[in-house]
Amino acid sequence: MRWGVVVFPGSNCDADCYHVIKNVMGQETDYIWHQDSDLSRFDAIILPGGFSYGDYLRTGAIARFSPVMSSVIDFAEKGGLVIGICNGFQILLEAGLLPGAMLRNKSLKFICDSVYLKVKRGDTPFTNRMREGQVIKIPIAHGEGNYYCDQETLLRLKQEKRIVFSYCSQQGVESTAFNPNGSVENIAGIINEKGNVLGMMPHPERCSESVLGGTDGRYIFDSMLEWLKEMGEK
Amino acid sequence: MIKANIYVTLKEGVLDPQGDAVKKSLHVLGNRDVEEVRIGKFIEVWLQSSDEEKARQELEEMSDKLLANPVIEDFRVEIVEVG
Repeated sequence: MRWGVVVFPGSNCDADCYHVIKNVMGQETDYIWHQDSDLSRFDAIILPGGFSYGDYLRTGAIARFSPVMSSVIDFAEKGGLVIGICNGFQILLEAGLLPGAMLRNKSLKFICDSVYLKVKRGDTPFTNRMREGQVIKIPIAHGEGNYYCDQETLLRLKQEKRIVFSYCSQQGVESTAFNPNGSVENIAGIINEKGNVLGMMPHPERCSESVLGGTDGRYIFDSMLEWLKEMGEK
Repeated sequence: MIKANIYVTLKEGVLDPQGDAVKKSLHVLGNRDVEEVRIGKFIEVWLQSSDEEKARQELEEMSDKLLANPVIEDFRVEIVEVG
């Protein structure tokens, strides 16, 4: 099983992701420079958080045209697992691998905090180690996590059960009161139609070791590993 | 050389937290009559070209692909200098 962590100029959570997958989970892991295009040796790709290209123009707008992204799109179309975290989620939106766009946080503040997420699906490659309705605690750190899509897209996301994580209280009550950024429907993470591409604003790599104060992030990476094992190694 | 001005604005109905904050600040300054503020981007582009029609098409394409995000933004291309 081989994991790849894409490095754009300005990525700053790449080393955290690499550390969790390689040292904490003991998986083969490589960095992928944004100029590379051969992803054939990988089973899963992580687009990490950060400020790719300084967030110039719009978050993710320039990274989306990096050479590696056309390979990531091919990889996703062939069914490969792709997770975009924070800036990685923003890049997936700009690339059209997921629908919608990010707006500035409603409060206009950059928010660095821990939030509770409700797991809305327990049957995806990213959530199979959790049960539907479970509440997990994961850190966020973003200024533009206010997910927006038009009504038609939102209806489709709901009908197709593609909202995977939503912001909630510790008890699991989903409401705008617990939504840090103003996202529609309290959305924190969504998947694509095929279910192999996940975008989420919270950072599971920042809570995958007890020394960091939480391990709920491991549920997501462990789910991916479980799914890859079931699918069989390449 | 052709010079174009490109205006990128948030689509109607898309929340603009930045515009809201500026509106509130204007109210504090005493501009109580300010009803709404929406903030967009103004981009100047110079093209090595003299064919206005071709340039317009190219500018529309680059706006749609990169300069604006059609999910949340509209854009308007104005060619201001040809020569």
